[in-house]
Amino acid sequence: MARVVVDVMLKPEILDPQGKAVHGALPRLGFSGVTDVRQGKRFELEVESADEATLAEIEKMAETLLANTVIEDFVVRVEEQA
Amino acid sequence: MKIGVVTFPGTLDDVDAQRAVTIGGNEAVALWHGDHDLKGVDAVVLPGGFSFGDYLRCGAISRFSPVMTEVIEAAHKGMPVLGICNGFQILTESHLLPGALIRNDHRKFVCRDQKLRIENNATAWTSAYEKDQEITVVLKNGEGSFVADEATLDMLEGEGRVVARYLDVNPNGSLRDIAGITNERGNVVGLMPHPEHAVEELCGPGTEGLGFFTSLAASVFA
Repeated sequence: MARVVVDVMLKPEILDPQGKAVHGALPRLGFSGVTDVRQGKRFELEVESADEATLAEIEKMAETLLANTVIEDFVVRVEEQA
Repeated sequence: MKIGVVTFPGTLDDVDAQRAVTIGGNEAVALWHGDHDLKGVDAVVLPGGFSFGDYLRCGAISRFSPVMTEVIEAAHKGMPVLGICNGFQILTESHLLPGALIRNDHRKFVCRDQKLRIENNATAWTSAYEKDQEITVVLKNGEGSFVADEATLDMLEGEGRVVARYLDVNPNGSLRDIAGITNERGNVVGLMPHPEHAVEELCGPGTEGLGFFTSLAASVFA
């Protein structure tokens, strides 16, 4: 078994109101020094094996469903097993 | 004309949309998201709501409902399709319309009577309006901020594909005050505000939304 992680982030030029809200909350809680926050999504896909064909298939899944490539970028990576 | 109104799990405004279709002089046909055919309708409305709980992204799951395969194919052949609010989100997720709808810039759900300018009255859904006619209909959304890259925005404006623009107030941060757009052919229209809630004097801000539901007949008899 293997775990493949897909990270989805809004493109840098797209406004992220949720990230802004988090960024605004931090100083109120006494945390300082954070100049910006962007919020994204992380998908963990459990697969039989993270071979080349599976990864190609997952790229397709990410493009089709997990991310909206009009506004989001994604990165597919295999997570090292502990 | 027979106008199908699609209900997805989590759709809210399907009954109002059916009612508006009927008041507009057309026959409303209820379609279910799991349907594999369009029951012979002449046009389709994708109504507002929170289909599939807005999970993943608004409209992202609904876009793959069986009925959408038929809707997308029919739209490519020229069938009139109107997406309102969540329906607009489904149309952008389907790539029938460019751009995307993201969370309101001020982060709050907005519900107000909204003034709009109908800038394109050559679409299948807006021919009952005068060009640049100003109307007021209900607006209610949490993720209604229209975004697209600069080139797409320039293209939409250059080709006259901005169907409606917000007046007085930009309620959600939409780029260039865009409230609604159309595809190249003018048969597919996406609109964030809700004309179906403004078709009777009894409730809502008036009847200025009715034009969206009388335009089809008007365009046929024109």
